[in-house]
Amino acid sequence: MMKLNKDYYGGAFMVIVGVSAAYVATDYKIGTLARMGPGFFPCAIGCLMALVGLMMAFSARFDSSPGTATSGHKHEIPDLRGSICLILGVLAFIGCGTYLGLLPATFAIVFISALGDRNNNLKQSLMLAVVMSLVAVVIFWWALQIQLPLFKWGA
Amino acid sequence: MQSLNDLWFGFGVALQGNNLMWSLFGVLIGNLIGVLPGMGALSAISILLPLTYAMHPVPAILMLAGIFYGSQYGGAIGAILLNLPSHPPHAVTCLDGYPMTRAGKGGTALGITMICSFFAASVGIIVMIFASPLLTAIAFKFGPAEIFSIMLLGLLAGSTMSRGSPLKGVAMTLFGLLCGTVGTDVNSGAMRFNFGIPELSDGLELVALAMGLFGLADFILNVNHMKIISANTKLRIRDMRPSWAEMKEAFWPMVRGTGVGTLFGAMPGTGPTITTFVAYALERKVSKTPEAFGTGMIAGVAAPEASAHSKTQVDFIPTMSLGIPGDAVMALIMGALVIQGIQPGPQLISEHPDIFWGLIASFWVGNVILMVLNVPLIGVWVKMLQVPYRYLFPSAMFFIAVGVFSTQNSLFQIWEVLVFGLLGAFLMSLDFSVAPILLGFVLGPMVEENFRRALLLSRGDMMVFLQRPISATFVVISAALVLAISWSTLRRGRKGSSKIVPATAEQAA
Repeated sequence: MMKLNKDYYGGAFMVIVGVSAAYVATDYKIGTLARMGPGFFPCAIGCLMALVGLMMAFSARFDSSPGTATSGHKHEIPDLRGSICLILGVLAFIGCGTYLGLLPATFAIVFISALGDRNNNLKQSLMLAVVMSLVAVVIFWWALQIQLPLFKWGA
Repeated sequence: MQSLNDLWFGFGVALQGNNLMWSLFGVLIGNLIGVLPGMGALSAISILLPLTYAMHPVPAILMLAGIFYGSQYGGAIGAILLNLPSHPPHAVTCLDGYPMTRAGKGGTALGITMICSFFAASVGIIVMIFASPLLTAIAFKFGPAEIFSIMLLGLLAGSTMSRGSPLKGVAMTLFGLLCGTVGTDVNSGAMRFNFGIPELSDGLELVALAMGLFGLADFILNVNHMKIISANTKLRIRDMRPSWAEMKEAFWPMVRGTGVGTLFGAMPGTGPTITTFVAYALERKVSKTPEAFGTGMIAGVAAPEASAHSKTQVDFIPTMSLGIPGDAVMALIMGALVIQGIQPGPQLISEHPDIFWGLIASFWVGNVILMVLNVPLIGVWVKMLQVPYRYLFPSAMFFIAVGVFSTQNSLFQIWEVLVFGLLGAFLMSLDFSVAPILLGFVLGPMVEENFRRALLLSRGDMMVFLQRPISATFVVISAALVLAISWSTLRRGRKGSSKIVPATAEQAA
């Protein structure tokens, strides 16, 4: 019965995105078929998306046999700790990159993402972060001369 | 004859030291990434894309193409030796490849795979050499109406014939088209969907989108769900040489697989997964012993692998000669060319012969390198298969962040990675396949441009798409595709029975 819910939610999501896109697009000039304004194409796409979303939700309703060949690849619910660490890692890279420089940013993203794996302990994560920091210094800062200073203070 | 002269010129380009080096680098990295579980050609190309900004366009495209076909070789190794369907197109190879490994014939399976791959790639390259100039000659007659209709067919085929539910594929393509409209409208200069953020006025960044959808989203879904691999496969080079009897057994499946791959490669939008599954299904159909499939049939390895490789090469034809990428990987490679200031299309062969013919020649050079490399390196690849995912993904996260930063030297794009990563994970957990988003995103601006231009020229008359014969043909095929799919969906819904090909595709993928 999971199946049915997924198609419902997927369809609903498409309807929401499509309708809001079409609504926002009406603020831009729609124009006529012969002289289309900037809003015409996004509005049309939005309407089509909403239509497809409706069809999806509709077919989910009638497709009562669970697990028929309508699904894509199957996925479990994402792991909470892993996902949070990955998101925090990216945020840390942006934050450290803005205020502290490349080296702290590299260390932060690798260290925090590595902690997301339940099989990594503190020491292994630390080691991996140090190794990747070395890679950052040698390859990206020294060899490729990336436009982000190794260390800095403030934006 | 002209083509052969051009090809000779192409070899000159491909064998230049610098180009050869990058080509070699590309196939090596591609091979490596193809072997690594949980990484595919898409993530490899998006991670290395920023590196190409500082390069000359010729080595850049040779490298990216090398990654693409190199990863195909790598994917087969995991499938055959460890039953790892980490790359969907190779999932079907597991069915007969892994039983062969268990029967102690893993080396033979790999050897057969390599020979078939090389043969299929060569056929694909020859088709490309002769078909591209022909296609280009026709493509010069195309107006906006024709281009729009072809893209329509490509997008429809791409979304419905890859994986999973066709309706969801269409939804994702539409979403990709919508993403393509973000930023400044080229015709009027109006800002669209920029949410008041000045950085969005140039549109979304292709690399950020790709890394979010195929990098971060994958990691979010796979972290702590990845199965731990342990295998003690010992392989000697001697084992990899198949006997004459085995070669004979593999020959016709190889030819048939190549045919399937060439056909599917020429059709825009058909994904690589469907190609290998069709090749496998065909083999089972023509075989005298269909019940033996799944127990280690050589034909079950030879045909799908051959089809994957000929498709990979033929895929480049519509991308290079029409400027219409067939799938997400091609969209990314085309994006890389556009970033270099080169617009793929009918003019490419005459304006940049070094790129076009150099690329073709490098296919051969690269495939030979792969053959030569894979034999001694096979032991290394087997070891690489055991690199723990827990070290892999944090390192990849760093490469993603740095790579995206270097596209525009701005941290803003990393926000896009985060947004699309979360969105991608959300969509994938709802059983959507996200690859069509990328195809829609790359084609979106072109679709809109040609749609607007066609209707401007016809003064708003929609019949223009049906009045011009070439355009009408594509519209009719598109309509037939929609009808065929809705019919099969309806029938499936009523009977509750699933068709063979998509059903097995899901079980394995």
